[in-house]
Amino acid sequence: MAKVLVVTSGKGGVGKTTTTAALGAALAQRGDKVVVVDFDVGLRNLDLVMGAERRVVFDLINVVQGVAKLPQALIKDKRLENLWLLPASQTRDKDALTEEGVGKVIADLRSRFDWVICDSPAGIERGASMAMRFADEAVIVTNPEVSSVRDSDRIIGMLDSKTVRAEKGERVEKHILITRYDPSRAARGEMLTIEDILEILATPLLGIIPESQDVLRASNVGTPVTLSNAEGAPARAYTDAARRLCGETIAMHVPTERKGFMDRLLRRRAA
Amino acid sequence: MSMGLLRLLRGNKASAPVARERLQILLAHERGMRGQPDLLGVLREEILAVVSRHVTLDPTKVIVRLERGDEVSTLEVDIEVPNDFERKKAAVA
Repeated sequence: MAKVLVVTSGKGGVGKTTTTAALGAALAQRGDKVVVVDFDVGLRNLDLVMGAERRVVFDLINVVQGVAKLPQALIKDKRLENLWLLPASQTRDKDALTEEGVGKVIADLRSRFDWVICDSPAGIERGASMAMRFADEAVIVTNPEVSSVRDSDRIIGMLDSKTVRAEKGERVEKHILITRYDPSRAARGEMLTIEDILEILATPLLGIIPESQDVLRASNVGTPVTLSNAEGAPARAYTDAARRLCGETIAMHVPTERKGFMDRLLRRRAA
Repeated sequence: MSMGLLRLLRGNKASAPVARERLQILLAHERGMRGQPDLLGVLREEILAVVSRHVTLDPTKVIVRLERGDEVSTLEVDIEVPNDFERKKAAVA
């Protein structure tokens, strides 16, 4: 049974595209067939984060308008057998996303994949509402910061009222993913804690991605963070989150960076 | 405890509890407003419609301020009326 998952947030710059790429790769590594779809028409970036920016021929808008067939627009990942990308258009504007057209593309994707992961643009306008419109589940990416939490609350309201599922009286299953979390700052009272955020948003937690240099490094080279440094803290956190999406029960914790070379050297000497 | 002591020595208070409280108050309000008409917007439009029936208004010279308090809120509408209005009135009289 295919699942349509929207990665959304309201606020920009919180890590939606990073999360889409990382969860997509993590789910594909498990053996599921995954497509990541960029809904940020006019400002596409998922292609760049996935390292496929030079392979884009057709895009979502071309498929929506019938200019290209879906298989022509899908780009197969070079690292993972089961991972595909449907890029956004860089030149068109968001009005080209008609509800009927997007609905047809999503239905077609459902028949071909296990997971359809929609990377929402920031904001609450057409691109964002189309990205969530047909979703079964939602990952709300939230930073431990007041403006991000407020926008997440707004997006949760939209997921509960403006989606096809909501209109049919069903629910979109919602998950909070906290990114850029710094446990030491939270402990010092400088950053909202996980408990604060979950209490305010009243939505279950999917995972905690710690602030890490790995994330920038991964986007620099165009590789999902779960592949670029699989042993790193954010990769492990995303892999755990992907497993939770598949229904596994995994204890929640903030993965921390493993000890560096010097630490290991010193410990070995001590032993 | 040690964190508290450290903060005391450095003389700055933890800001996260402030963030939490501000969010709780704001979101309680915003959730209540969802699906409701934008009261401030409606008032602004209707007040302007009434005034502009009598005076030609420059929309950029209209300032609307809202201050939300615990007990009462205030809506302040500051409309700059061109002086020729007074002159015209005098001419008619």
